[in-house]
Amino acid sequence: MPVSDFQPVIGLEVHAQLLTQSKIFCGCSTAFGAEPNLHTCPVCLGMPGVLPVLNQRVVEFAVLTGLALGCEVRSRSVWSRKNYFYPDLPKGYQITQYDLPICEHGRLTIDTPRGEKVIRVRRIHMEEDAGKNVHDASEGQSLVDLNRAGVPLLEIVSDPDLRDADEAVEYLKALRDVLVYLGVNDGNLEEGSFRCDANVSVMPRGSDTFGQRCELKNLNSFRFVKQAIEYEIARQVDVIESGGKVAQETRLWDTNKGVTRSMRSKEDAHDYRYFPEPDLPPLLVTTATIESMGQRLPELPRPKLQRFVQQYGLPAYDARTLTAERPLADFFDVCAAKYPDAKKLSNWFLGELLRLLKEEAMPVSALRFTPERLAELLTAVDAGTLSNNAGKDVLGEMFRTGKAPADIIAEKGLAQVSDTGAIEAVVDDILARNAGEVEKYRAGKKQVFGFFVGQVMRAMKGKGNPTLVNELLKKKLGD
Amino acid sequence: MQLTDLTMLELARKLASGEVSSVEATRASLERIARVDPQVRAFLRVDAEGALAAAEASDARRKAGTPASALDGVPVGLKDLFLTEGVETTAGSRVLEGFVPPFDATVVRLLKEAGLPLLGKLNLDEFAMGSSNESSAYFPTHNPWDLTRTPGGSSGGSAAAVAAREVFGALGTDTGGSIRQPAAFTNTVGLKPTYGRVSRYGVIAYASSLDQPGPMTRTVGDAAALLQLLARHDPLDSTSAAVETPDYSAGLEEGVRGLRLGVPREYFAEGMDSEVEASVRAALREYERLGATLVDVSLPHTRHALATYYLIAPAEASSNLARYDGIRYGLRAKDARGLKELYSQTRERGFGPEAKRRIMLGTYALSAGYYDAYYLRAQKVRTLIREDFLRVFRDVDALLTPASPVPPFKLGEKVDDPLSMYLMDVYTLPCNLAGVPGLSVPCGFTKAGLPVGLQVLGRPFEEALLLRVARAFEREHDYSRRFAPLPAQGA
Repeated sequence: MPVSDFQPVIGLEVHAQLLTQSKIFCGCSTAFGAEPNLHTCPVCLGMPGVLPVLNQRVVEFAVLTGLALGCEVRSRSVWSRKNYFYPDLPKGYQITQYDLPICEHGRLTIDTPRGEKVIRVRRIHMEEDAGKNVHDASEGQSLVDLNRAGVPLLEIVSDPDLRDADEAVEYLKALRDVLVYLGVNDGNLEEGSFRCDANVSVMPRGSDTFGQRCELKNLNSFRFVKQAIEYEIARQVDVIESGGKVAQETRLWDTNKGVTRSMRSKEDAHDYRYFPEPDLPPLLVTTATIESMGQRLPELPRPKLQRFVQQYGLPAYDARTLTAERPLADFFDVCAAKYPDAKKLSNWFLGELLRLLKEEAMPVSALRFTPERLAELLTAVDAGTLSNNAGKDVLGEMFRTGKAPADIIAEKGLAQVSDTGAIEAVVDDILARNAGEVEKYRAGKKQVFGFFVGQVMRAMKGKGNPTLVNELLKKKLGD
Repeated sequence: MQLTDLTMLELARKLASGEVSSVEATRASLERIARVDPQVRAFLRVDAEGALAAAEASDARRKAGTPASALDGVPVGLKDLFLTEGVETTAGSRVLEGFVPPFDATVVRLLKEAGLPLLGKLNLDEFAMGSSNESSAYFPTHNPWDLTRTPGGSSGGSAAAVAAREVFGALGTDTGGSIRQPAAFTNTVGLKPTYGRVSRYGVIAYASSLDQPGPMTRTVGDAAALLQLLARHDPLDSTSAAVETPDYSAGLEEGVRGLRLGVPREYFAEGMDSEVEASVRAALREYERLGATLVDVSLPHTRHALATYYLIAPAEASSNLARYDGIRYGLRAKDARGLKELYSQTRERGFGPEAKRRIMLGTYALSAGYYDAYYLRAQKVRTLIREDFLRVFRDVDALLTPASPVPPFKLGEKVDDPLSMYLMDVYTLPCNLAGVPGLSVPCGFTKAGLPVGLQVLGRPFEEALLLRVARAFEREHDYSRRFAPLPAQGA
C-alpha cells in the first residue's frame, strides 16, 4: 500500500513556560539568560529540608488558559511527584499534576483546507521545569545550570485528533497565538519557552484502530514539527510495508540529518512512581477565582480575526496580519475608532508601520506614539495638508522621535502647497524658461511632461500638491 | 544541686531574677557534656562557641530588661535533622557528612529569636529511620539509665542528652514515635504535636506526611513552654496549619477531674512486657483516683497501622532521599565513571542498611503495577485509622496507652531483626498516621530501674489538654526528679 493508503494520527503535548516573575515554588527570578545558577535558592536547588510554596500566579495563568481553551476547571486538583534521577532535576522528582490535573476537556479550532476543525484538548496541568545540563566535550565533563529549575510550565495535551503534519502545525500556531494573547507565554520555540512533543502513529485508511505510536522530541521550530512528523509517517509506513511492526518508543528529531532516531524503547521507559505530593495540599480553585479569571479573558485570536473581517470589512489576509499579535490589533482598534477608512488604515499598517517595526526589530508595545497620533497623520494626508510621500516621512519621524505629526509637519515645513495661484506662478515660470521643451511637447513628445512635473516640484521643494501641479501643467500646455 | 539539674522553667526563673546568667548555665551544660557525653554519646557536634555567644547576647538582654522570651537564655540541643546555618547537619548519615546548611530551619530560627543558646547537634537514627539510634552512621547513643541499653530512637540523642542533663531541653522529630518512644525509654517528656502545628521547613524530611518536630524535656511544664515557642504558622511550609497558638501553660494545673479518658483495648495486646503493663495499669488507676472517668474504647484498625506505616513512610522516604545524588552537596563518589556509577556509588556508600531497606521498600510500593495494591490501599487504611481516632474522640477527651510495649532493650539486641525493631513503634505510629497529637510522660520504672512511659493521645490541636492530662499525673510523682545515675556518683 502507498503512503496515501495510511491514515496518520497525531496528538501533541506542548510545554509552555509561564511568564511569571518568579518560579513556581520559590521566589527566584524566571528571567532568561542570566549567569548559570544565579537564579537559584535552597528550594530550587533541592537542599535538604526545603519545602515548596505555590506561586498563585501560576494557578491564575492555568485557569485563564483553561478558560480560553474551553476547558472544565477542576475545583480540586492534586500535585504529584514524578520520580526519576537526572542531574538537572535537583530533588530527584518533578512536582507536577498527574491523575487530577487543573483543567480538562477543552478544544481549539483550526483552519484546514477542508474548512474549520475542532481539536480536543485532553488536559492542562501545571508543573515545574527542570534545569539544563551543559556538556563540555573538550573537558570531558558535564555542568548543570539550575536557573530554569522551578520555572512554571503548563503542559497542554491534545487528543489524537490531528491527521497530518499541516494540521499539527496549524494547531500549534493557533495554540501559541492563544497563549501569547493571554500573556501567559512568549511563544518562543527556539529558546524553548514553547516546546512540543508529537505522538505519531499510522493506521490503514478506513480503520478505527490506532497503530502503535512513537513520541517525537526535539521539535524546536514549526518547520521541524512538520518535517519530523512527515518523516515519521513515512518511516512507520515503510516499517509496516516491509512486514515489520512499529515499536513503541521515544524518537529524537535529528535536525542535521532530517531523520528521527530511536532514543529509548518502551522497555527502557522510566517507571516514574507517581504519588501525591505530601508537601502540598490539594489545590482548591474557587468559583470566584474562575469567574474573576473569566472576566480577565481577552478577545482571543480567532474571534478577533473574524471581527476584523466583519467590522472593518478587511480582506482575510489583512485581518490575519493585523491580529497576529494582540498589541498590533489593539493599536489598530484604537486607530480605527478615530479614522474611518479601515482599508486605507490597514494599508498603512501592513506597508509602513510593520516595515518600520521590522527594520528596528521593535515590538508594538515600544512604539513612541499613540494610535491617536497615527489617525491624525492619516487625516492630514486625506485633507491634502501633506502628500502621501511626505506622510510616510512624517510617520518615520514619529517612529524615531515620538513627536506629534502636526509638530513635525510644521518643523520641517512639509505642509503641501495647494494654493492654485502659487502653483500657477511656478508653472508659468518653468514653462517660460523651458520654451524648447514646451515646443517638443506640443509637437507630440508627451514624455516631456514628466520633466515639467519634476521641475515644478523641485522649485516647490516637493511641497506642491501633485494633483494640482498635474492639472495646471496640462491646462497651460493646452491639453 | 547543680545548675544542670534545673528544669527549663526553674532556670528561666533564675535567669529572670539575675541569680544565674545564661553564660553560667551554658558553661555548666558544656562542662556536663564534656564529663558525661563520652559515655552517653548523645552529641554528634557541640557548638560551644555559638552557644556561648548566644548566651552572652541573652545576658545582655536580660540585663537591659528586654528578654526575647520566657526561655531567653535557656540552653537546648537539636536533633541533627534540623538545618542550622553554618553548623554541619548530617541527619546521622554519611551521605550528608560535611554538609553545612546555608539557612536555619524555621524552628531553629524561632529558638534563636527567642534567645535560646543552641548547644549542638544530637545523634539520631540515620534520616530518623529507626527506634534505637543504632542506625546512625556515626555511633550509637547510650541510655543514661543503663549504658548497655538504647535510649530509643530516632530522637535517641535528644532524649539521652535531656535525661543525662547535658541540655535543659531538646528538639526531636516524630514520624512514627521518634519523640515519644525515646522519651519513654529515658524518663523524659516527649510531645509530638498535631501534624501541621510545628513547621517542617528546614527539617530534613523522612516521611513528609508524618514528620512532625516537637519538644523533649524533663517535665511537662517545660514541654509546654518550649512548644509555646515552636507552634506557629509558617508560610514556608504549605502543610503548616493556620491555627492560633493557645497558651499551653495556662491550664496546666487544672487536673483531670471530670475528664473522660479512653483506654483503647488494642493497645494492651499480647507481646507487651508485663512490667510495662503493670506500670501503665497503675497509672490508669491513678487517673481514676484523680477524678477522671476511664472509658474502654476500641480503635479497630490499629492492627493494620504497622503495615500501613511501613508502606507510606518508606514510599515517601524513597522519594525524599532521591536528592542525595552526589551532584550538588554532601558525599560524592570520587572515582565514579559516568553518571550511573556516580549515582550508584554515592548512594551505595552514603546510605546505611536501614535507609537502603526503606528506599527499596518504598520504591517497590510505588512501582507501576504495585501502587494500587500497596500505596493506594495503605492510604485508604490510613483514612480508616484516622476515622477511628476522630470517632472515639467524640466520646472521650484523650486516650491513655503505653508508649512502648517494652522497656529499653540492649544495644545490639535487635539490630539484625528489623521486623522486631519495627514492632517497637506499634503503639506510637497510629498517632502519626492519624495526624493527632501524642505525648509520653514518665510513669515509673521496672524492677531493673528502667523507665516506662505513658502515652497520652488527643484531638487535633488539643496539645494543651494532653499537657494538662500528663501534668496531673506528673505532679503526683517524683519521677521527673529522679536523675539517671550518670556519671557514677563521686566520679
